[in-house]
Amino acid sequence: MSDLLRSRPLLSGFIAIFLLFLVTAAFPIISETKQAVVVQFGKPARILGATRAGINFRVPLFEQLVWIDKRVQSVDMDRQQVLSTDQRRLEVDAFARYRIVNPLLMYIRAGDEKRLQTALVPILGSEIRNELGQQPFAALLSPERQGVMENVRRKLDRVAAQYGARIIDVRIKKADLPDGSPRDAAFDRMRTAREQEARSILAEGAKRAQIIRATADADAARIYAASFGKDPDFYEFYRAMQSYQTTFLGDDPNNPPAGTNIILSPDNDYLKEFTGRGR
Amino acid sequence: MWAIGVVLLLWLVFTSTHVVAPGERGVVTLFGRYSHTLGSGVGFTFPYPINRVQKIDVENIRELPLGSASTETLMLTGDQNIIDIAYTVRWNIRDPEQYLFRLAQPDETIREVAESAMRAVIATVSLNDAIGEGRGEIENRVTERMQTILNAYQSGVAIQGIAIRQADPPEAVNEAFKKVTAAQQDAQSYINRANAYSLQLTQKAQGEAAAFDKVYEQYKLAPEVTRRRMYYETMEQILPKVPKTIIEAPGVTPYLPLPEVQKKAPQQQGGAQ
Repeated sequence: MSDLLRSRPLLSGFIAIFLLFLVTAAFPIISETKQAVVVQFGKPARILGATRAGINFRVPLFEQLVWIDKRVQSVDMDRQQVLSTDQRRLEVDAFARYRIVNPLLMYIRAGDEKRLQTALVPILGSEIRNELGQQPFAALLSPERQGVMENVRRKLDRVAAQYGARIIDVRIKKADLPDGSPRDAAFDRMRTAREQEARSILAEGAKRAQIIRATADADAARIYAASFGKDPDFYEFYRAMQSYQTTFLGDDPNNPPAGTNIILSPDNDYLKEFTGRGR
Repeated sequence: MWAIGVVLLLWLVFTSTHVVAPGERGVVTLFGRYSHTLGSGVGFTFPYPINRVQKIDVENIRELPLGSASTETLMLTGDQNIIDIAYTVRWNIRDPEQYLFRLAQPDETIREVAESAMRAVIATVSLNDAIGEGRGEIENRVTERMQTILNAYQSGVAIQGIAIRQADPPEAVNEAFKKVTAAQQDAQSYINRANAYSLQLTQKAQGEAAAFDKVYEQYKLAPEVTRRRMYYETMEQILPKVPKTIIEAPGVTPYLPLPEVQKKAPQQQGGAQ
């Protein structure tokens, strides 16, 4: 060994590098997030790291590794227009989460992860359209309730299973009315509903105010009647006295009544004694 | 030769001692395989590449704002109205191993799950609940829903809470909503005015009735005298302040100095203004 190193330093250097390469290639490090399909000349043979991450073994040069993500991944659908059974449109944004559970199958059927995604996207879109299209508009707003999303998931999962993937869930991210007339119509409806509400609030307020006033009038009348009714004749006199004062003198010093000339006849009750004929 | 030795030594020291700050965890992998988790403090491992340590902050609560004040984020409510909503998700990492190894894009996932959960919850409540009193309930339901979904992904993420920053009617219909508020205030002021009127009227009636009752009590004791007394008192108050004319004999046509009367009247009116 040392003879070789001394006599042929360049060659032995190459051999050392080659040996190092063989060792690292033979014992690939597989992290927790990845798994690898071992491919022998284009033919998939086995999987590394599906259950155990860490150092694994492969035959260098004869076996290639195709890395496949083990984590939960997302596939996003393009915005889709869905037509409900009552002919109303809704724009839907959805995503599905999946995990590759059978990397071997996935490698054979799809090749790599990107191709799996491109295979899933159109199916996700069409399944969403199909399932949601069988619902009335009101049910579209919360498809989770009707189990519609579970149906989509099951159908998508059936397709994904062929590619060695499992769909964990399908969810709707956004559900909007399309721009233009459907949304404007909704705005109009909201606006008119508010205007109606405003009017009815005003009317209700006016009604309650009127009732309060009427009740107060009635209460006042009752109080007066209970008191004054004890002696209507005296009330007549008592009130007349008050009325004279108000009429001739006013009860507001800033706003005196119009000037009054009183012409008294000697027959007047007030001057009864003045004329001396009282007795 | 010794230089290589120093580099090797430094590398050994730096890759095998790990200072894990408070609130952090160090996730240790042995040749890529999860081995154990270091708590806060100084931890020792084999040097890289045998052991590798990823430090993850588990205590710091992160905030993820969704929707903004400048652009409208419109959502459909259960009664098919539209609201503009903005909210913040507060979350932290509960389980650093799951967070590192289970989800491909954890942050993106949290955002999408939040949007989906918020949409789902808003679609079950009415417009009035969403912009009014139902907020707390919505926040709780979204938090719960997000946590359930993220647990199903084994994401290792804990949702600390959702805060709805804004839930308003969209700009296009805001004017109509303001009208409702104005109408509510108007209606309230109608009622307030009526209440004031009512109070005033009742007090006045009570006061007058009480006054009458008091006088009537006295009157009952000596009706005729009291009546005369009140009459003269009233006259004494009125007559001194007004011009009087007394016509003595019957059959005499009184001469009324009309210009004088008319002269006085405007003066008094002028004085009043």
